[in-house]
Amino acid sequence: MKKQIVRILLAKTGLDSHDRGVRLLARSLKDSGLEVIYTGLYRTVEEVVQTAIEEDVDIVGLSMHTGAHNRAFPRLRELLDSQNAGDILVIGGGVIPAKDQRELVDAGAVAEIFGPGTSATTVVDWINKMMAARKE
Amino acid sequence: MKELGKRVLAGDIRAASRLIRNLEDQIPNTHIAIQEIFANTGNSHVIGITGAPGAGKSTLTDELIAAYRSQEKTVGVLAVDPTSPFTGGALLGDRIRMLRHAEDKGVFVRSLATRGAMGGISKAVGEGIHVMDVLGKDKIIVETVGVGQQEVEIINHAHTVIVVLVPGMGDEIQALKAGLMEIADIFIINKADRDGAGKLYKETMNMVQMSRDKYGITKGWQTPVLLVESVLEPHKFAESVTKLRDKIDEHYQFLVYHDLIADRMRRKTTAEINEALWGAILAPILEELESSGEMKKMIDKTLTKEVDPYTLADEVANKYLKERSTSS
Repeated sequence: MKKQIVRILLAKTGLDSHDRGVRLLARSLKDSGLEVIYTGLYRTVEEVVQTAIEEDVDIVGLSMHTGAHNRAFPRLRELLDSQNAGDILVIGGGVIPAKDQRELVDAGAVAEIFGPGTSATTVVDWINKMMAARKE
Repeated sequence: MKELGKRVLAGDIRAASRLIRNLEDQIPNTHIAIQEIFANTGNSHVIGITGAPGAGKSTLTDELIAAYRSQEKTVGVLAVDPTSPFTGGALLGDRIRMLRHAEDKGVFVRSLATRGAMGGISKAVGEGIHVMDVLGKDKIIVETVGVGQQEVEIINHAHTVIVVLVPGMGDEIQALKAGLMEIADIFIINKADRDGAGKLYKETMNMVQMSRDKYGITKGWQTPVLLVESVLEPHKFAESVTKLRDKIDEHYQFLVYHDLIADRMRRKTTAEINEALWGAILAPILEELESSGEMKKMIDKTLTKEVDPYTLADEVANKYLKERSTSS
């Protein structure tokens, strides 16, 4: 059987226009064999959730530079769970203080956060590991 | 995810998207779900939009969705983008132009990668149309990759084919070339405020008039050439797309009135049956040849010219096809 291709939705919500990182990641992931859908700027969490469901993605990656992460990530997780999409993983990127990162991961609002300076390879390896574990 | 067919019939969006995914990933036995839904298909109007990359197909599609929603019609979109032949990945970037409809329950947009399909329309897209159909979408828009003159596969799947052109991409000879220019039920000259729009319009009209009734998919239909102005003037753009919407519907009425729907869908049905036969007959044989190592042996023998491919094929056919081996 062919290897299944991972589908990922990369999103930017709110008025945050720092998209260099997420666009770079989009390209890197594409180059690593993933199918990437990018929402573009100025989306709402609700739009992101609907998009994730329509596109049946494995992972949603939310990029945040505005400090709204403590609200956005839990809300994203909550909406996905409430719509039977609890199996979709959430990862984060952007500027999120280390303490908040730990709390968000511990609370289960996000599976992992990849801050500035993280190599695309790290992200891809993590994704491959998670997808492989899921199959078993 | 279990019972996909049933869940799709019940209107479950995620199940519908997952079914398309299983088709994309070629999960075995996905055809069972298709079997469950097939009898309910055949109600939607399928519209194909093709044209060169950058012609503005996604932006047009976005506005067309709005035009249909203003008539309270529901819309499904299959937006296809190319898979990288080197990495197998893809950036599915059509949807980014349609996100104002993200929360509209009457609109379902699904992005797909070509995954190497010739002509840009994979089995997942072809069957994906059935899935959208069964969800009750009034209109299904299939937006294809648009690699230029090769993009003709869409005619097998769509009732109405729209070809999007932009000024400044070649001279009169382009307009005469086969393929893309032959398949249109409607031509759109997008970005018509640009230089060269008038010339392109004339060339396209000439070509349409020369080819009238000689070939073309819909006999008797006068292919219109519509100009769509700059997207920077939203009111003008919306107006032009409203005209496009009405033309598309006119074309569908034409097909219905002249009893051409079944005819139009003949190609798709033929292709689907061929595919199903391939899956039932040839695929298992190929799989066994691969896994037993026989395929590798055949390739090695052919490379050294010890034997030719046709002899090998005959041997395989005699082995696997009961009728053949008993008669020869």
